[in-house]
Amino acid sequence: MAEAQPLVVVENLKKYFPVSSGLVFQKKAGSVKAVDGISFSIAKGETLGLVGESGCGKTTAGRTILNLYPPTAGKITIDDQELSTGSKPDLKEFRRKTAMIFQDPYASLNPRWTVSAIVSEPLRVHKLFKSEKERTERVNHLLNLVGLSSRLINRFPHEFSGGQRQRIGVARALASDPLFIVCDEPISALDVSIQAQVVNLLEDLQDQFGLTYLFIAHDLSMVRHICDRVAVMYLGVIVELAERNELYENPLHPYSQALLSAVPIPDPKRDRERRRIILSGDVPSPINPPSGCRFHPRCQVGTERCNSDDPQWNEASPGHWIACNAITNP
Amino acid sequence: MNNNSAPLLQVENLRTHFHIPEGTVFAVNGISFNINEGETLAVVGESGCGKSVTMLSILGLIPIPPGEIVTGKAIFRDKDLIKLSESEFEHLRGDEVAMVFQDPMTSLNPVLTIGKQITETLRTHLGLTQDAAEQRAVELLERVGIPEAASRLGNYPHQFSGGMRQRVMIAIALSCNPSLLIADEPTTALDVTIQAQIVELVLHLREQLHMTIIWITHDLGVVAGLADRVIVMYAGFIVEEAHVDDLYENPRHPYTLALLGALPRVDRRRDHRLNSIPGAPPNLLVEPQGCPFAPRCTYVIDRCWAENPTLVPIAPEHKMACWVDTSTIMTGSR
Repeated sequence: MAEAQPLVVVENLKKYFPVSSGLVFQKKAGSVKAVDGISFSIAKGETLGLVGESGCGKTTAGRTILNLYPPTAGKITIDDQELSTGSKPDLKEFRRKTAMIFQDPYASLNPRWTVSAIVSEPLRVHKLFKSEKERTERVNHLLNLVGLSSRLINRFPHEFSGGQRQRIGVARALASDPLFIVCDEPISALDVSIQAQVVNLLEDLQDQFGLTYLFIAHDLSMVRHICDRVAVMYLGVIVELAERNELYENPLHPYSQALLSAVPIPDPKRDRERRRIILSGDVPSPINPPSGCRFHPRCQVGTERCNSDDPQWNEASPGHWIACNAITNP
Repeated sequence: MNNNSAPLLQVENLRTHFHIPEGTVFAVNGISFNINEGETLAVVGESGCGKSVTMLSILGLIPIPPGEIVTGKAIFRDKDLIKLSESEFEHLRGDEVAMVFQDPMTSLNPVLTIGKQITETLRTHLGLTQDAAEQRAVELLERVGIPEAASRLGNYPHQFSGGMRQRVMIAIALSCNPSLLIADEPTTALDVTIQAQIVELVLHLREQLHMTIIWITHDLGVVAGLADRVIVMYAGFIVEEAHVDDLYENPRHPYTLALLGALPRVDRRRDHRLNSIPGAPPNLLVEPQGCPFAPRCTYVIDRCWAENPTLVPIAPEHKMACWVDTSTIMTGSR
């Protein structure tokens, strides 16, 4: 799949949020470097997983790629349409090609709108129907695609369960026939038995329409199941990127190793046997990230050099990229 | 794991309902279980399965009304907890039984310092002086792995990270050396690396203090590395109960089978689609008739719609509530 023409290319993307101090005369006191220079590409029909702990910038990355937050620096190319800082892009066309599925199926649907209004909003914005009849037909079709009955078209979000609401969110995302969908933790608010339903639905839709996904999640087991390639983020940067089985079976970066070893396995015997790397401390503040390698204060293999040298992005084996001083030039 | 003596806690036929304007919520529908001294029992189920309500009922934390404990006994050291008065409960909670909740931000008071919140428990339950209580608070914080504990007593909850707040909650829970610790989804709000830290801490404390632990969770992964015995709940009923190894190697109830089939594994290559469980959990406002899992069950037979199976032993230390013997029907679909 890596051979195919990339649909999405992200180059050196940065997103900083200003932090101000003072109540009345606000001064800029610094910035939260939520995303600090990430680059990757996603092939058409591929699913790239973006994993990391809370606060690592994965959600900000997803939102900045779709221009929901204007990027501080960097370039995003989706289907040959380029967005970079300074250019005045045709955002409307860009937005028609992209969509987002949000984490919280309770907060992401307007409680005063009917299902019909919610799902047809992208159709209305992009003027994708000519008559009321066509609109209703299209909404019915979308609801059927996600496994909801078109009889529910005039109901309100509160009448649905979490899993059903997430299906409404998926139907809305599909409405404008997008090429690329950012799925931001689409299942983490759902019960286990419902998660599998939504994941299978996303996979079926991908097969049917050739969709390309950026799948943002903290559930590493689910990411291994659903994604073709996986990128691991730590404090605003990508530290490792590889094909899924390569990453899970042969993680090279000390952070990826610790992260993967912390995931519980639903098998008591396997769980007792394996070696767990327990990281000390918490993720540092992205306002003042550590110098050199950002992971060095928690790293167990780092050397003196890691305190000052920024690790370079290196291809350890074909398709397996890593940013670590200790591994690439020991 | 001391099986000869009487269980530390013995719950019998517990039934908790809530009377709300829309009708009656059948939250817990007659469940019975034991926990032995020194054992770690995991209670697993999805949201709304009654796992938290069960524990709140035992601890007298159900608001009555709208709640009602319809029937049931919870014998803890010769006392029936269901019959205790509020003042007796206040003595019990914190002293003999302690609880750690899911969200460490909302269970700590944001306007009181950590030191104040820990010493409060110590002074109320143990009658310590302020100085002695502070000294003990520092010991407790050190025990749960908070660095520079003495200087952090004056800090407020927002100055701690999520993992550190959960450590503070555990320190408060441990303050009076409880014999039973009830942990309600204590790691759900935390990242996996922090979850691993907390699980490690609890395992370490369990060994050191010989605590009995009830761990409530929806995460079958965490349970595997932690519990001795597991109870699986669905719609207010216990559907399966087994030793942890037995449950994962030889799951028998269709719901347990389905849950394990719906979980991807971090240590395995993908070999099939996830087995999703069709439908949604039942509406608890409807009085349960027949087996509550029947509408979503792959193995459903006519009898399931009419009669709810009771929890019966099917092997040593393995109980299940199902009319169908899944072990004879299915092989290797997991």
